[in-house]
Amino acid sequence: MSHKVLIADDEPNIVISLEYLMKRAGYEVLVARDGQEAIDAIRRERPRLVLLDVMMPKKSGYDVCQELRADEDLKGTLVLMLTAKGRDTDIDKGLGVGADAYMTKPFATKELVAKVADMLGAAP
Amino acid sequence: MKRADALRVALLLAPGLLLALFALVGGVAFWATLDEPQRQVLAAALNHSGTVLLPVGLGLSALGAWGAHLLYQQHVAAAPRLLEQAQVRVDGELPHEIVPAGSAALQGLAQSINQLVRQRTQLREDMALKVAEASQRIDQERGRLAALMSELTQSVVVCNLDGRILLYNQRARVQFRALSSAPSLAGGAELIGLGRSIYGVFERKLVAHALEKIEARLQRGATQPTAQFVTTTAAGQLLRAMMTPVRGTAPDDAVMHGFVLMLDNITREFEDESARDQLLHAFTEGSRASLGNLQAAVEMLDDADMDTAMRERFQGVIRDEARAMSKRIQDLATRSTQDLRTRWPLEDMLGADLVSAALRRIELLPGLRAGSGEVDGSLWLKVDSFSLLLALASLAARLADEYDIKRVELRLVPAGPRAHLDLVWTGPSMSSETVLNWEAEPMKVGAESSPLSVRDVVQRHGGEFWFERERVRQQTFFRFLLPLASAQEPLDAAAFVHSDSRPEYYDFDLFQATESTHALDDRPLADLAYTVFDTETTGLNPSQGDEIIQIGATRIVGGKLRRQECFEQLVDPQRDIPAAGIPIHGVQPEMVRGQPTIDRVLPAFHTFAQDTVLVAHNAAFDMRFLQLKEARTGVRFEQPVLDTLLLSAAVHPNQESHGLEAIAERLGVTVLGRHTALGDAMVTAEVFLKLLPLLQAAGIYTLGQAREASQKTFYARVQY
Repeated sequence: MSHKVLIADDEPNIVISLEYLMKRAGYEVLVARDGQEAIDAIRRERPRLVLLDVMMPKKSGYDVCQELRADEDLKGTLVLMLTAKGRDTDIDKGLGVGADAYMTKPFATKELVAKVADMLGAAP
Repeated sequence: MKRADALRVALLLAPGLLLALFALVGGVAFWATLDEPQRQVLAAALNHSGTVLLPVGLGLSALGAWGAHLLYQQHVAAAPRLLEQAQVRVDGELPHEIVPAGSAALQGLAQSINQLVRQRTQLREDMALKVAEASQRIDQERGRLAALMSELTQSVVVCNLDGRILLYNQRARVQFRALSSAPSLAGGAELIGLGRSIYGVFERKLVAHALEKIEARLQRGATQPTAQFVTTTAAGQLLRAMMTPVRGTAPDDAVMHGFVLMLDNITREFEDESARDQLLHAFTEGSRASLGNLQAAVEMLDDADMDTAMRERFQGVIRDEARAMSKRIQDLATRSTQDLRTRWPLEDMLGADLVSAALRRIELLPGLRAGSGEVDGSLWLKVDSFSLLLALASLAARLADEYDIKRVELRLVPAGPRAHLDLVWTGPSMSSETVLNWEAEPMKVGAESSPLSVRDVVQRHGGEFWFERERVRQQTFFRFLLPLASAQEPLDAAAFVHSDSRPEYYDFDLFQATESTHALDDRPLADLAYTVFDTETTGLNPSQGDEIIQIGATRIVGGKLRRQECFEQLVDPQRDIPAAGIPIHGVQPEMVRGQPTIDRVLPAFHTFAQDTVLVAHNAAFDMRFLQLKEARTGVRFEQPVLDTLLLSAAVHPNQESHGLEAIAERLGVTVLGRHTALGDAMVTAEVFLKLLPLLQAAGIYTLGQAREASQKTFYARVQY
């Protein structure tokens, strides 16, 4: 069975690529355009993995991540933070609030696909 | 007195009486030894020649007495007289010398005493001369130090270990003005002042921590230990302070006596830097995102199986992101140019210097000669010379390149509050379109180019730029309208009142001052710090609605009037000002309009007066006005108050008038600028200083004694 992957990002220009990539890799893809939408989608659809942008309207990626980790039902969701915030401190914060992995834009799509596959494969 | 006289007469007569008695007893005894016939012979002889014998006997007695007197004077009385004369000379100087008298030895002694006295006088004169020379040298050195300090462009404050300010410079004064939370009121004077505590500005802990660091370094043997701290002030400014210790002058004296603080206001710097930081950060993150989108889209396009519609969507993303990137970079460039523009400080420069620098610069250009026309040598400009020279050179270069001009001229003339700087040439004119282009395009001279345009440079100066043609002289010129440097800093209250001496921004005697544990009452008057103040009011009845319209105050610290540390503020009374009072205080209704109300002024004045004794002439009147505002402003003046009226009455109880002017005249104080609050406060302060020695002479040394004496005077019993 294919995994459900949620793409949470407010920039259509990256969503289009991510959606194409994930579909091509054979996952079932959901899209959320802000932090609140992402939380709602995760509760409703229970995706296995979230590609989470940090800078989003309503709720930031950090907030979303913290909320997931605080929720007993959702804390198993895999989170890959995908953001333009590239300072050491940003990465530390991302991992600190509970992201499983962190990738800085710009990234090679091959690496992203490999990373996602790796995370899903490693998951029980 | 009578008894002593009687004694003296008795003493004077005693020798004569004794002599007479002796003669009588001798005569009687002689008579007794004779037998009758002998007695008869003698009686006959006395009868016959007695008239001769008596005067001879008396004469012999007189001679003997005279001789005895001489001997007495010479050998007995002269010595105590000399002693007295010598003693007088021990106690003080006398204009004449001792006249030698008595025996040869006594005369020699007198001469030796005279010589010693002469030597002593000489010695004293030498000493006085040396002291005068030394103090003159010290004064000169102090003057030099003060001059040096006032020229420094960095803020310097020197404090003793208690944090009391001993010295500060003009720059620090200006900086503290910016730090003051009531800048328009006290102008920073409530924060900085001789003898004031630096802890009014900085947290005590912060300074203590820096001091500890320095102490530790000193103990480790560091030769030039310093410490630095950054702090925010009450007014929200960011201040960087560098602390260096003041050590003893002896080479092995490593003990710290105080410290020097050098202050930088880095608020602006910090804001600029964080703005730049933010700009850079936003640019980096934005670019990352765009590049991420671009890269992903490009990599997707590699997919050969993609259908056309999808392919076009990805190409759309690429075009979109490329456009966004260009715009972002353009924005950054514009912002940093603006930044460049605002960051450049303008400096004062002699106009003639600018012209000659520009001429040299233009002469360096190939095929171009430059000369100066009319140049006003007295003009000082406020310019950024670097960018302005570049502007002139770039215009000249374009004239040479595009219009084949071989010679230009520079002219500098005053034009009201500004100056005209003209770049003049003879020859072809140009279209206004060309001028606009030249003005707006980035400047370029040979290989040197700038992102700025001539217009940017002109805007930076708050000036103007245009092109003109003088038909008569067949001359064409570019004209820069440039700001003049202000001839001097605007006159502030202190400079206005007192412009004839160098500011007293230092007092090293305060090095010794330590926080006294004595109650103020026991402190000598000469040691205390005073705030001498005066108020102007709408009328005389505070309880019936009269209000303060002006407060003026100055400070006395270390027994000296600190004219520069003054407070002067008009107050909006929020009521009309009766016309009757205007000729007295000179405050017109329009002068108080827009001024702060008493709620704002009184707290600032309270801060200004903290840790000091208040002094005013007829203080009861002024204090009544202040006290009636206590409830409204929440500010209480609890410090001791002295009244020059009462003190004057205590010193001169028999004088008719104790009005400020009468006292000033009596004590030789020149009255200038009376009937402004500050002017009156200054006069009161000088009067107070003159009263201090008079009070001392009357046995009034301490604050407590002064207050007691004030209360005893007649005037104190008259309730205002």
